[in-house]
Amino acid sequence: MAKTRTQTIGAVRRTFSPWTDATATPLIRFENVVKRFGAFTAVNNVSLDIYEREFFALLGPSGCGKTTLMRMLAGFEDPTEGRITLAGQDLSGVPPYRRPVNMMFQSYALFPHMSVADNIAFGPKQAGMAKADIDARVEEMLTLVKLESFAKRKPHQLSGGQRQRVALARSLATRPKVLLLDEPLGALDKKLREETQFELMDLQMELGMTFLIVTHDQEEAMTVADRIAVMNHGVLVQVDPPAAIYEQPATKYVADFIGDVNIVECVVDGCFGGDLRLSTPITPHPLQIAQGDAGGVKTGDKVWLAIRPEKLRISLEAPDAAAGNCFAGEIFDIGYLGDLSVYHVELPCGTRIKVSQPNLSRMVERPISWEDKVYVTFTPHAGVVLSR
Amino acid sequence: MATAGEKGIGRLFVIAVPYLWLLVLFLVPFLIVLKISLSQDVIAQPPYAPLLDLSQGWAGFVDFLSQLNFDNYVYVLDWNNEFLDAYGSSLIIAAVSTVLLLLVGYPIAYAMARAPRTLQPTLLMLVILPFWTSFLIRVYAWIGILSQDGLLNQALQALGLIDAPLEILNTDLAVYIGIVYSYLPFMVLPLYAALEKLDGTLLEAAEDLGCPPMRAFWLVTFPLSLPGVAAGCLLCFIPAVGEFVIPDLLGGSDTLMIGKSLWTEFTVNRSWTASSAVAVLLLIVLVVPIVIYQNIQARQLEAGK
Ligand SMILES: Nc1ncnc2c1ncn2[C@@H]1O[C@H](COP(=O)(O)OP(=O)(O)OP(=O)(O)O)[C@@H](O)[C@H]1O
Ligand SMILES: [Mg+2]
Repeated sequence: MAKTRTQTIGAVRRTFSPWTDATATPLIRFENVVKRFGAFTAVNNVSLDIYEREFFALLGPSGCGKTTLMRMLAGFEDPTEGRITLAGQDLSGVPPYRRPVNMMFQSYALFPHMSVADNIAFGPKQAGMAKADIDARVEEMLTLVKLESFAKRKPHQLSGGQRQRVALARSLATRPKVLLLDEPLGALDKKLREETQFELMDLQMELGMTFLIVTHDQEEAMTVADRIAVMNHGVLVQVDPPAAIYEQPATKYVADFIGDVNIVECVVDGCFGGDLRLSTPITPHPLQIAQGDAGGVKTGDKVWLAIRPEKLRISLEAPDAAAGNCFAGEIFDIGYLGDLSVYHVELPCGTRIKVSQPNLSRMVERPISWEDKVYVTFTPHAGVVLSR
Repeated sequence: MATAGEKGIGRLFVIAVPYLWLLVLFLVPFLIVLKISLSQDVIAQPPYAPLLDLSQGWAGFVDFLSQLNFDNYVYVLDWNNEFLDAYGSSLIIAAVSTVLLLLVGYPIAYAMARAPRTLQPTLLMLVILPFWTSFLIRVYAWIGILSQDGLLNQALQALGLIDAPLEILNTDLAVYIGIVYSYLPFMVLPLYAALEKLDGTLLEAAEDLGCPPMRAFWLVTFPLSLPGVAAGCLLCFIPAVGEFVIPDLLGGSDTLMIGKSLWTEFTVNRSWTASSAVAVLLLIVLVVPIVIYQNIQARQLEAGK
């Protein structure tokens, strides 16, 4: 059952990419939106298109303006500059209660004087639904968030994670066109979070809603989102599908923010078609990197080479010269994470490189140990050259 | 074990202080009044009998008990003696005043709670400011405002709004004005305390779910301010029932309030015993709303909010 669902999601998702289609009209448009609080600029010149049925994730460090961006879309803040449109309609001056946008608040904002069921029924009641339909909807939402037996409780009688689920159910109950989720699953344990993620994706697909989700959990963003926007200091740094964000980060910042990465400062020695030769003080040998279109860098430029730890290979024997790029160093630390181990390799110049290797066997004695002399190798396609 | 005992004594002491306070300053005086209300008038000093003569020991106590009688209560509860009318009219005046106070006080408290944070301490000060002048002087000032040739009538006539001066002073209307004016801070402060605590994102959430601001007020703000409403209403209603100064100074001769009746009974008729009975009955009348209030509070405490 779960498998068929995942398969349908996969089938739809493989072909869902309206952002590459020049003729597609976005559902939500941020046009040069700026938000200032006094002299502080919380959101700085954001232009962003979000398409119908898209599951869009906002990632970024605390205080970078994610909530502010959502609050402008929900109608609680007015943009200082620029405009926001929804299905072609300019939203400026439209009060929150007239926008087909619901928000799940970061602080939940559950009504303390109402029971769980009444909290969930609040939206449908305002929409003027019939009593029987409201009851059915509440029931359905309670089942979705697995709180069937808590309908009569007041919010203060619930745990943090249960409250979060009530807030989620409440925001979903009116089936809004656009749902804004501000860290919807942060308080849930890993298992429940993963289940709820799939439930959300399912629901989104089934009801054809557009989701905008804020999360601090990259894995979650990668799992649920069609596209991810990485924000920093109120600016959108990169907007791309998860794989592109991970494998083709636009800047050092994105590479560093999403997942683990080794960043090595280099100078371009020469360009040969799409391939680059880089020299770096951390190794005497030049590095060969395949960079498709060379990314507009030229000989003599200062660049950064970003390589993910899992794309490096580690060995105790010296590789032959044909194996490609190579660093020699010494094991400084080993982090055992169960499914994989992370080796911290210290190079002679003092730089440390992280290498992760899957633990393929159940051997308790690892062949590589502290203070071993090791060689780290990688192919020309393993890293990406960044100029910012 | 010893430390547990010491702790117990410490806790006992902490609890004992307020109880001792209540015992000495409330329960003992009340028992004295109760005792007087069960005595008989005599022309003497003090003007009532029986007296509890402790020098006679147990026999004296039994003698004292046998002399207690309920004549004063029969007298006070007699329809011919206006006390019941006075109780009724006091309750009505206090209830109407409380409703007026709520109607006036709620918007004030609401505006204060919604004012910029930096302004709120100043507004709070302004609400408390009248307390810096004597209550009596402030009520006297209303005589100057409400009388036939008072400030209000002069102003209205100067504006051409009325031809003949309005008769406000010495009517029930003047009593209502006086009570609403004097008790307003007691209504505003608990309401403000309740409204100020209210989380603004709850209103945002209501609006987000399609609820216009006016309806959000009735569905969210008002229910959450009910503890403040209850506290404010009781703080105003209870003293207003026994109010004496305001009806005496601003009310007419036909304004009937139990505080005034008690005063007359005590000073004009010089009946300590009957006025004590009036006071005991007044207390019983007021205990009922207090008990109701405590019930509500206990239930809210149980509900955790
Ligand atoms: N009403 C306000 N007045 C002044 N500054 C504000 C206001 N609201 C937000 N800010 C500031 O704007 C910045 C962005 O805030 P925002 O709440 O959007 O951050 P965020 O990205 O959601 O962070 P987090 O991940 O911690 O929730 C913060 O520096 C915050 O201090
Ligand atoms: Mg936030």
